[in-house]
Amino acid sequence: MDRNLQRQVANMRKSLFDQGYLDEQFIQLEDLRDDANPNFVEEIVTLFYTDSAKLIRNIENALENNPSDFERLDDYMQQFKGRSSSIGAKKVKTECSQFREYCKAGNAEGCIRTFQQLKQELATLRRKLETYFEMARQANT
Amino acid sequence: MMSSSSSGSGKKFSVLVVDDDPVIQRIHRVFLDRFGFETQVVGNGKEAVDLFCSGASFHLVLMDWDMPIMDGPKATRELRRMGVRSMIVGMTSRDRDSEKQEFVRAGSDDCCSKPLTSNTVTSLLQQLHTKYH
Repeated sequence: MDRNLQRQVANMRKSLFDQGYLDEQFIQLEDLRDDANPNFVEEIVTLFYTDSAKLIRNIENALENNPSDFERLDDYMQQFKGRSSSIGAKKVKTECSQFREYCKAGNAEGCIRTFQQLKQELATLRRKLETYFEMARQANT
Repeated sequence: MMSSSSSGSGKKFSVLVVDDDPVIQRIHRVFLDRFGFETQVVGNGKEAVDLFCSGASFHLVLMDWDMPIMDGPKATRELRRMGVRSMIVGMTSRDRDSEKQEFVRAGSDDCCSKPLTSNTVTSLLQQLHTKYH
């Protein structure tokens, strides 16, 4: 095992928490890894992104076709917040909460703006986690 | 230290996970298997009701709120109307107390926030030991 690479992996992992991308729930997922499920965390993250695509499309369509239907938008985002919580996606969750606040306030422009930020956070987290998982794989070979 | 997940007769506690989110389904299955439960998963409240109608029984039902076809509170009311005595725990990402109360009014024994954590499962195990011993 490359000790230098292992150190880099550990540092990257720490930075994901320190910079607020991940929270305690990610650690809960890591604790569920075992010999039977060695890639459990990566599997769950992949499942999250695959499954979330449809919900993101629904929100996009709703914002485009009926941006004043705040009840529907809030409902979609409440679902998405729950899913984001399940992988410990902290910054994404924050954007979800902000979106819901704009729904409560009836602020369509705020919803649209926050949704763009949410998609950016999703993409950033995905890139960082893909890099992290790849480095972790290399460190373990 | 994990509590024993056996029901006292040596058999494992059985749990039905009712949730339409494939991520939650997978997490909860692995979590509960790790704690020694016998786990089955269905995707909505109607499937849960149909399962009980077919004669299946579970010590514990973890019931999501938002699901297609039949949501959690409705499924809970139906199961209680049918005479199901299993421990039913609402699992919700909703953070408003009034909504958690609605789950309890529907007949659930408790309501917890998603996602499941080690502390939640440990607490549920303790409640199961109390109920079934």
